[in-house]
Amino acid sequence: MYSEKFQKSIALVEAAREKNIALEPDRMTAKQKEDLLAAFHPDYKKDEFRELKIGPNAGEKVPTELAEILQAHSRITADCVDLESPDYETDVLIIGGGGAGTSAAIEADNAGAKVMIVTKLRMGDANTMMAEGGIQAADKPNDSPAIHFVDAFGGGHFAAKRELLSQLVCNAPGAIQWLSNLGVEFDKTEDGTMVTTHGGGTSRKRMHAAKDYSGAEIMRTLRDEVLNRNIPVVDFTAAIELILDEDGKACGAVLMNMETKELMVAKAKTVIIATGGAGRMHYQGFPTSNHYGATADGLVLGYRAGAKLLYAETLQYHPTGVAYPEQIFGALVTEKVRSLGAKLVNVNGDVFMHPLETRDVSAASIIRECSERGNGVDTGDGLGVWLDTPMIEAIGGEGTIMKRIPAMWRMFEKYGIDIRKEPILVYPTLHYQNGGLDINADCMTTNVENLYVAGEAVGGIHGKNRLMGNSLLDIIVFGRIAGQSAGAKCKEVTVGKMTLDHIAKFESEIEKAGIETQKVSPMLLPDYTRKNK
Amino acid sequence: MEKMVNIFLFGKKYEVPENLTIMTAMEYAGYQLVRGCGCRNGFCGACATIYRIKGDKELKACLACQTKVEDNMYIATLPFFPLVKEGYDIENIPTNESVMMQLYPEIYACIGCNACTKSCTQGLNVMQYIAYAQRGDFEKCAEESFDCVMCGVCSSRCPAGISHPQVAMLARRINGKYLAPGCGHLEDRVKEINNGDFKELIEALMEKPIEEMKELYNNRDIEK
Repeated sequence: MYSEKFQKSIALVEAAREKNIALEPDRMTAKQKEDLLAAFHPDYKKDEFRELKIGPNAGEKVPTELAEILQAHSRITADCVDLESPDYETDVLIIGGGGAGTSAAIEADNAGAKVMIVTKLRMGDANTMMAEGGIQAADKPNDSPAIHFVDAFGGGHFAAKRELLSQLVCNAPGAIQWLSNLGVEFDKTEDGTMVTTHGGGTSRKRMHAAKDYSGAEIMRTLRDEVLNRNIPVVDFTAAIELILDEDGKACGAVLMNMETKELMVAKAKTVIIATGGAGRMHYQGFPTSNHYGATADGLVLGYRAGAKLLYAETLQYHPTGVAYPEQIFGALVTEKVRSLGAKLVNVNGDVFMHPLETRDVSAASIIRECSERGNGVDTGDGLGVWLDTPMIEAIGGEGTIMKRIPAMWRMFEKYGIDIRKEPILVYPTLHYQNGGLDINADCMTTNVENLYVAGEAVGGIHGKNRLMGNSLLDIIVFGRIAGQSAGAKCKEVTVGKMTLDHIAKFESEIEKAGIETQKVSPMLLPDYTRKNK
Repeated sequence: MEKMVNIFLFGKKYEVPENLTIMTAMEYAGYQLVRGCGCRNGFCGACATIYRIKGDKELKACLACQTKVEDNMYIATLPFFPLVKEGYDIENIPTNESVMMQLYPEIYACIGCNACTKSCTQGLNVMQYIAYAQRGDFEKCAEESFDCVMCGVCSSRCPAGISHPQVAMLARRINGKYLAPGCGHLEDRVKEINNGDFKELIEALMEKPIEEMKELYNNRDIEK
């Protein structure tokens, strides 16, 4: 139940609901989208970016907060650890225990390699767990991988690396089948047909889901499988530096126990970075839908060791983060809410856009509605627009919300808002790192041998904007490829002399470039204690 | 001026704003969390917490990220609980109740106290899904347990030593793999791809100049 101050606007939303349900808003033209993004999308705010002075991407611009940790000091010097007596020895070392890391572990295990996962929190503490809406795959008769390709390529502003995107779309149905065979419960009709919906920017209904716990259902199943296989998982342990051999090939990592701060050495023949995203960097002060550990660690580890970044300047702001109540500010309201028929409505009860434009366009449109056009709802902590959830029950019938998006109902119900009867307030939230480390089609980085990357830490799969449902897909597809490739490659690797020389080299570059900083990285966790607010 | 309440973290008193969640109240008090904090959005089960309001006999359980503080709340987090997780080969297991008798026989020692259900942080009918598991009705067990975040509070309250979330996990995987209807259009599509049916189409897209890709994208038909 909303307080008095919201009631006037809610009355307008309710009065217009019937008319708004019937309305089919126009989609924007290419030119309209371009102009909107340039004026209102956070990626286009030039003063929020800084040029990198050192490293493989020197001369390119990235978000200021990212530049600071990419060009920060290491947490250690080479003499902090003894590389001659490793604490762990394995064939494939996987850094990160989310969807990509666990998929890679299963496939590397299938390839007969000795595998180990290190993760700074618990296995499954990852953005995968929080993905709500679904996973794309072109498996319906009216669809094809080629149509999926065009949707994703256009949605990503024609910037995706095509050899990666073709892997993504062509392996998508196989990924769904792989997950099904592991026991993931996708929403199906009685005859086994997948229940699929649209996402923003899709031209076919190819969003597969497990209610609105899609990522959680996938993650817990993958975790269960890793445990069944007795793959060692070293949790509450962060990788804080990669280890290279004398030829510059990746061959392990320095690890740190998150609680005792003890340092350890892991030696490996191949290394997979599957560290996920960066929402907890709070670029441009945005709240985030991401999990606690999303601090771009993999980008820092890779960059310091010489790996190249691609599109690190592009972030995804999910159009519908929670704007109210404040306890869940910035939390994700799945796009599936709009897939099921809810429209975005301004303070006056007017629908101001097609609800399923791509995420960057939708986010920019909401920001414009709340800023230039002055049609936002004042929440007390900022502005928002209505997402008219009761439309879902009106369109799909009573009970649709409990059946299709129970997690959304539960999240708001705890604060006395029944989304079946009342609309909710939303505003963009920092959601996804479009860019990341540059890889080839086998997931190996383009310039550090034996270093593989999968999942959100990769750049280039989606171009400069990602479609809904292509991230759960990419962690599975590229997690599997990384596991297969690294699992095969390790058989021909003999590890040379391990070194941490790159730390001192990077340090001298910092000095030479005249960068003055107290920061150390990777950041590992944000600090939300009051003294730091 | 925001209204303040008194809370007790592991017995120690702190004054915090009343609009905070237990998790943000701990951070307000100065705790830099490592354990007991995961997704911060109610999906991961890392922040299981038990509390009692002073003067109240009832011990309550919740997720710290999803629950507002209250005045005189005595709080203890439960960042880890030793659930029993049995290993099995998903490719080679029985799909009826015999699998439960084999792996989790303690579910048959349930005394029906319903403490699990009362403590569930997701408001699930835990005892009911265990009953479904007992009789091998894995479809119903899967449905009833679907929203489980595996926080482990149910298990911490169970006099029979049942690891409810792991029982449900097994039931869901059996249901998803063996009992749910197969998907014909998915199998067909995987075969077509393996057969190379889309190879030419994709290769054409790999080569196409950007301008032509823009034409394709901007004029594509969108399913209603």
